[in-house]
Amino acid sequence: MAEIMYWEAIRRAHDEEMARDPMVICMGEDIGVAGGTYKATQGLYDKYGPERVIDTPISENGYTGLGIGASFLGVRPIIEIMSVNFAWLATDQFFNSAAKVRYMSGGQLTAPVVVRSAGGTAHQLGAQHSARMEKVFMGIAGLRVVTPSNPRQAYGLLKSAVRCNDPVYINEHELMYNMKGEVPDEEYFHPLEGSEVAREGRDVTLFGYNVSVHWCLQAAETLSRQFGIEAEVVDLFALSPLDRAGITASVRKTHRAVIVEEAEAPVGVGAEVMAIINEECFFELDAAPRRVSAVNVPIPYNHKLEKAAIPNAGDVVTAVRKMLGK
Amino acid sequence: MNVADKKRLLREMLFARRFEERCYEAYVERKIGGFLHLYSGEEACAHGVLEAARPGHDYVITGYRDHIHAIKCGADPKKVMAELYGKETGSSKGRGGSMHIFDVEHRFMGGYALVGGPFPLAAGMAKAIKMKGGDEIAICFLGDAANNQGTFHESLNMAKVWNLPVLYVCENNLYGIGTRIDRSTAVIDQYKRVSGYDIPSAQTDGQDIEAVYKAARKAVDHVRGGKGPYFLELMTYRYRGHSMSDSNAYRSRDEEREWSGRDPIIILRDRLIEAGEITKQDYKALDTEVLDEIEDEVIAFAEASPEPRVDELEKYTFAENDPWVYGGGR
Ligand SMILES: Cc1ncc(C[n+]2csc(CCOP(=O)(O)OP(=O)(O)O)c2C)c(N)n1
Ligand SMILES: [Mg+2]
Repeated sequence: MAEIMYWEAIRRAHDEEMARDPMVICMGEDIGVAGGTYKATQGLYDKYGPERVIDTPISENGYTGLGIGASFLGVRPIIEIMSVNFAWLATDQFFNSAAKVRYMSGGQLTAPVVVRSAGGTAHQLGAQHSARMEKVFMGIAGLRVVTPSNPRQAYGLLKSAVRCNDPVYINEHELMYNMKGEVPDEEYFHPLEGSEVAREGRDVTLFGYNVSVHWCLQAAETLSRQFGIEAEVVDLFALSPLDRAGITASVRKTHRAVIVEEAEAPVGVGAEVMAIINEECFFELDAAPRRVSAVNVPIPYNHKLEKAAIPNAGDVVTAVRKMLGK
Repeated sequence: MNVADKKRLLREMLFARRFEERCYEAYVERKIGGFLHLYSGEEACAHGVLEAARPGHDYVITGYRDHIHAIKCGADPKKVMAELYGKETGSSKGRGGSMHIFDVEHRFMGGYALVGGPFPLAAGMAKAIKMKGGDEIAICFLGDAANNQGTFHESLNMAKVWNLPVLYVCENNLYGIGTRIDRSTAVIDQYKRVSGYDIPSAQTDGQDIEAVYKAARKAVDHVRGGKGPYFLELMTYRYRGHSMSDSNAYRSRDEEREWSGRDPIIILRDRLIEAGEITKQDYKALDTEVLDEIEDEVIAFAEASPEPRVDELEKYTFAENDPWVYGGGR
């Protein structure tokens, strides 16, 4: 098992799937000749040519729609949207066409596209480059939403997403492309549904996804070392559909839940997980579940303000200590 | 187009008109719900263009005014009507409705309700055709007002840059709902707008099916010949309101009268009568035959069909038992 970076894992998945199936293409802004903003398609243009590695004009809704139309006829497009903030422009085609076409055609047509983009808040990119949109995507019936927290998931989720017959949105993270991690040398397909226990524990469950899994793991370490609290960390790599059974199983074990999300709280992952806990195992709870979320503001430029807007491992520790009275 | 073709097209267009008018009645009877957009007055557009293309072979996509395009592609009118009735036997199993007729077997790739939505989808189908190396083309029918969407410009640009085999047909009926084209659109002649993308185009009378056919022949040959996208503007008029709730208060009676005088079915009928190919009685008999077929077969089928089962409400949301959802196993 080799240690590779998140971007390399995504690149490898592209490469393998494109080598296997001539109907797999990738498209997006600057992904071809330039190799991709985050290098996720580096070298593919030379290998597969301009018909399959397509530098698009800056027309997010247009090229997403084009990819969807191509997928009707058996093409398997992997569409890169440079930053999730620009994905708002493509939501018309992604939500209105891709997500609904199977249903409204009575199962005759399907749109097996993958849309992937860099989500999350990086460093001082300002309000229009710092959105976290996963909550928007996960609210749309007919879409699958996954979000890798490490290179293994980034590789395996893309491999499965390309082959899956449903439209899939993959929420990556600006700050994670250079993260290193082990990826199996042989082909690996990560499931598109479910969750993973990233750390076992008995006192409280920390639910995280994507970057917040790492805050949870850091917090769990601190809680164990300094406060004798054993936190379980559950990685919600699938945001839609959410893993009802996995969420419930962990809460039945620990009887406490903290949901950690990089996005603002309203109408978010935390709210959704909390609703599932209430519906499935309310009477198993020893404490009211809590959310650790971003402050509900457009993300500021100033580094201190920006830091204050986004949660971190310390906030998770504080929330757990409050919950346990320690 | 020979005489036999013209006679067949007369029947097809008359069938289309009677089908749509029967939808109107069924809507009033509350058999059909939701939004209903009728094609009456515009029949020569779909029929003329698709006559020049290869329906069932070429991929066709359009907006919400879609019943007749589907039928001309080969969709069974019974199934289209059953869809309007919301029945399980409908073309989209009652899940789509009037604005979402699909018949993928006949390569009618759907009706879409977001104005301008099909522009990039058509370009994408053309991209797929090109990758697969087939001789099909993609044909996208949309209205005049749709050309003010960003997707119009984005799609024309991409279609040209990538030399895609797609034909855009603009059915210019002069209105987007109640807004006349000159009140919403800087350039009235739609075919001129595509010159900004260096795409060849033409404007033609959309009420005269022979004129439509001739212009479409050229357009289709261009696209099928590998020369890239083409834009064809057809000047037409809808005889009904935009949808069923529309009383056409924004149109003048003079304008309406002028266009009723240019009814595509009557134009073709009179031409055939003048040429001595049919008589007035023949036409009357044809009309009766069409009306009977619609009543006895189409409506009867829709009426008798069952509704979808409520326990199948969630079916078709996702692919069923897709192994890749579970990591390829199971
Ligand atoms: C994105 C979007 N905006 C608005 C509407 C509402 N709407 C439905 S049809 C229509 C007018 C479209 O006119 P045109 O493209 O000329 O087609 P026509 O109905 O005349 O055939 C409008 C505004 C819609 N369905 N989708
Ligand atoms: Mg119009």
